[in-house]
Amino acid sequence: MSQRVVIDPITRIEGHLRVEIDVNENNVIGDALSSGTMIRGLEQILVGRDPRDAWAYVQRICGVCTTVHALASLRAVEDALDIRIPKNASLIRDIMNLTQYVHDHVVHFYHLHALDWVDVVSALSADPNETSQIAQSISSWPNSSPGYFRDVQNRLKSFVESGQLGIFSNAYWGHPAYKLPSAVNLLAVTHYLEALEWQKDIVKIHTIFGGKNPHPHYVVGGVASAIDINSDNAINTEKLNQVERLINKAIQVVEQMYIPDLMAIASFYKDWTYGKGIGNYMTFGDFAAPGKDIRDTDSYLFPSGVILNGDLSTVHEVSLTDPEHIQEFVDFTWLKYSDDKPGVGKHPWAGETTFDYTGPKSYKELDMTRPYTWNKAPRWKGHAVEVGPLARILVGYAKGVKEVKEVTDWAAGTLDVPLTALMSTLGRTAARGLETKLLVNRLKDTFNALVANIKAGDTVTFDKTKFDPSTWHRAGKTLQGVGWTEAPRGGLAHYIVIEDQKIKNYQAVVPSTWNASPRDLNGARGAYEAALIGTPMADPHQPLEVIRTIHSFDPCLACAVHLVDKEKREITQVNVIR
Amino acid sequence: MKETFYEYVQKRGISRKDFLKFCTAITAMMGLDASLTPKVVEALETKERIPVIYKHFQECTGCSESFIRTAHPVVADLILDMISLDYHDTLMAAAGHQAREAAHMTKEKYKGGYILACEGSIPLADGGIHSMVDGKTQLELFREYEKDCMAIIAYGSCAAFGNVQAAHPNPTQATPIYKLTNKPVINVPGCPPIAEVMAGVITHILTFGIPELDIRKRPKVFYRHRIHDNCQRRPFFDAGMFVESFDDEGAKLGWCLYKMGCKGPVTYNSCANMKWNEGTCWPVESGNPCLGCSEDNFWDFGPMFTTLAQVPGTNIIYNPDKVGAAVVGAAAAGVAVHAAATVVVEKMKKDKDTTTSVADQQNKGVSK
Repeated sequence: MSQRVVIDPITRIEGHLRVEIDVNENNVIGDALSSGTMIRGLEQILVGRDPRDAWAYVQRICGVCTTVHALASLRAVEDALDIRIPKNASLIRDIMNLTQYVHDHVVHFYHLHALDWVDVVSALSADPNETSQIAQSISSWPNSSPGYFRDVQNRLKSFVESGQLGIFSNAYWGHPAYKLPSAVNLLAVTHYLEALEWQKDIVKIHTIFGGKNPHPHYVVGGVASAIDINSDNAINTEKLNQVERLINKAIQVVEQMYIPDLMAIASFYKDWTYGKGIGNYMTFGDFAAPGKDIRDTDSYLFPSGVILNGDLSTVHEVSLTDPEHIQEFVDFTWLKYSDDKPGVGKHPWAGETTFDYTGPKSYKELDMTRPYTWNKAPRWKGHAVEVGPLARILVGYAKGVKEVKEVTDWAAGTLDVPLTALMSTLGRTAARGLETKLLVNRLKDTFNALVANIKAGDTVTFDKTKFDPSTWHRAGKTLQGVGWTEAPRGGLAHYIVIEDQKIKNYQAVVPSTWNASPRDLNGARGAYEAALIGTPMADPHQPLEVIRTIHSFDPCLACAVHLVDKEKREITQVNVIR
Repeated sequence: MKETFYEYVQKRGISRKDFLKFCTAITAMMGLDASLTPKVVEALETKERIPVIYKHFQECTGCSESFIRTAHPVVADLILDMISLDYHDTLMAAAGHQAREAAHMTKEKYKGGYILACEGSIPLADGGIHSMVDGKTQLELFREYEKDCMAIIAYGSCAAFGNVQAAHPNPTQATPIYKLTNKPVINVPGCPPIAEVMAGVITHILTFGIPELDIRKRPKVFYRHRIHDNCQRRPFFDAGMFVESFDDEGAKLGWCLYKMGCKGPVTYNSCANMKWNEGTCWPVESGNPCLGCSEDNFWDFGPMFTTLAQVPGTNIIYNPDKVGAAVVGAAAAGVAVHAAATVVVEKMKKDKDTTTSVADQQNKGVSK
């Protein structure tokens, strides 16, 4: 006799996600459903607009990974128009993307994921001396005196005693799945607060080049910030110094705070081996050598590829343009295709998305045998795959990328676990930290390359030759392009079709669409669903184990469900209620 | 239960001196004259922490991300101490029914006394099925919480005006908050709004009550000026010196971005004076034209990188479209002199502006 448990909303994510699980009599998860419950329709809103503006619209797919959709969009438009951006522009865009990664992963670890492993209430009873000893034994991070931890603890105590617990109210404190000693809990909560302060600093790199954060600005053909080290109105020495300071601080935060905390916490949870999921991993690849074009795929730090069934001995090739490789299915979604044949997938350039809501108007639970989400089901050659940090680390490892191998072997060795142990909830969280370690150093290298290039006399940041739409093509000719990146949450690809200087079709296949995918007609589940099955629960009504695994993917649901109705073109009259 | 903010910070061991320093800082942040600091002190000494229920509707979480970037007050102070953030999808520890219960408890306990902060618009098409939580439509959930709140803050252009999902053809019939309620609504537009503006509005409610609003329900203190009017590139607009390409000589020297599609002349926001991320920079300073992101319906203004048809409220004696390329070469030599002169003019103008706005502020009073 199994029972259904519903978690809605899943909090500490981007967007609106509902998870339902069936738990058997032994409190083990037998089946799972993930449903994206919000849709906005951005792709259709793009139809008929100027392709040079697309980045701004699609950037609003997500305010957490604010920069990655803009980047994929620019690359798609530049692919369609065959624009090669200047070296400085490539370097600055990479600096912004790397900044995004480092910020996003640190914030995910401390603010969106840590509380699944860290018991805030337990921190109240910690001995600050012990916390201080632990902190000093694992890291040279400066804020580590007993007095410092005592101050934080007192602050927490007065907060708890106020009776208004705010964001910490009504959580799973005291749940038996929490395993950290109280001293480590205090350490983690302290760094939760420190990371909260720091995260507002690193984004200033976006502000310097893109004017603001969240949602920095971009431009097709390069970047809009002009470089002139002698001008007070351009990227000058002072601004470059500021960027360098922020990067150095980020390296310190990652190496002295994030990584030591990650390893310390992981060492207490090594026996939490659940959450492997599908075992198929896919990357599109990104981070060409500093200054190289995105098209220089051979120089990627994170190469593209697919691993099936956890077999690291073979890496399959991925083609974003081959219509047989990537297809999206809608059989279990509230969308339909015009030909309306079951089990038919479409490649994004021919992509089609029409609302077809067949769910109930209000519900207690969803029916797993019928459509149950706004999320499409993308497949690679028919396989459900997982994307994200773990996929990047595994594909990079399997392809023998030196830096990836080194950091992965170091982590497995330090934790004393085999490489295969990484294929789990914990491994997914660890992989995110490991790639941050690599990328924060790549951030510094990319910055150094920018400075060297400017020193060599190159101040070009923008190629205007194809900025004017009249230069693109003769009327009536169709252009198409694809832009990709490895976003923090996984492989991201934007597809654009341009006709008569306007957008004819726009489709974004985003990381969370792969991971939050519903099942397909073959019964293959998406990564969230597959990863939940088989997990034992201490108390199904306090589903801490479920949110641990779901959070390990860093869900971004507004990304996953941005699609829309093609027929509905009239301006809808807004009804004023009341 | 009636613990004031000051009693609370006292318990935390904050000294009187630090408390006063903090009050001075937030007074400045709210755009108020320093002489009003004692009023802020008095308010914080006598008022209790306000519970805030922060709901996410059709949004991208960018506003929440901006919210946690506030530097004044320090973000941890804001979230942990100044307010009681009892429900916030992106930050709260609890999930599922435990999360919903947390919001419910606040609603019951503080009837008429909590702030409802909204991020995102509410879809009305097809009965609202395009955004649901816990099997209910967002409109139903909004109704549950708006009834008993003290005031609603509509954070960001989605909640305030509908924003990107409400752009043509608005497939889900995305609707801004103020059209759905009779409660007082404070619109804080921007995609997203500046962090300090978001915190400033909360601080204002905490200290003085609801700020004075303009006709579009925006707090006047942050939205009374056009970007164009406080823009550091404004003297170049007036002098007819325009950037023609993003990395040309004019771009390097900080000339006006009007011809690159800047919407500063029709956009009301504080970007030019408050700047972004602790005053680090802002779009126009970085070389990027203003997109007009705090204006209603700005996504449908037309292509972003094309020049505005006209600049309202400006008396210039030339046609910007006819001044340009030729000037770039000829003017290059004279630019240094000219730039220096206009900086002085700008500074004089700024000084004058500051005086006016403070006087203005005092004349009008701060709030009811």
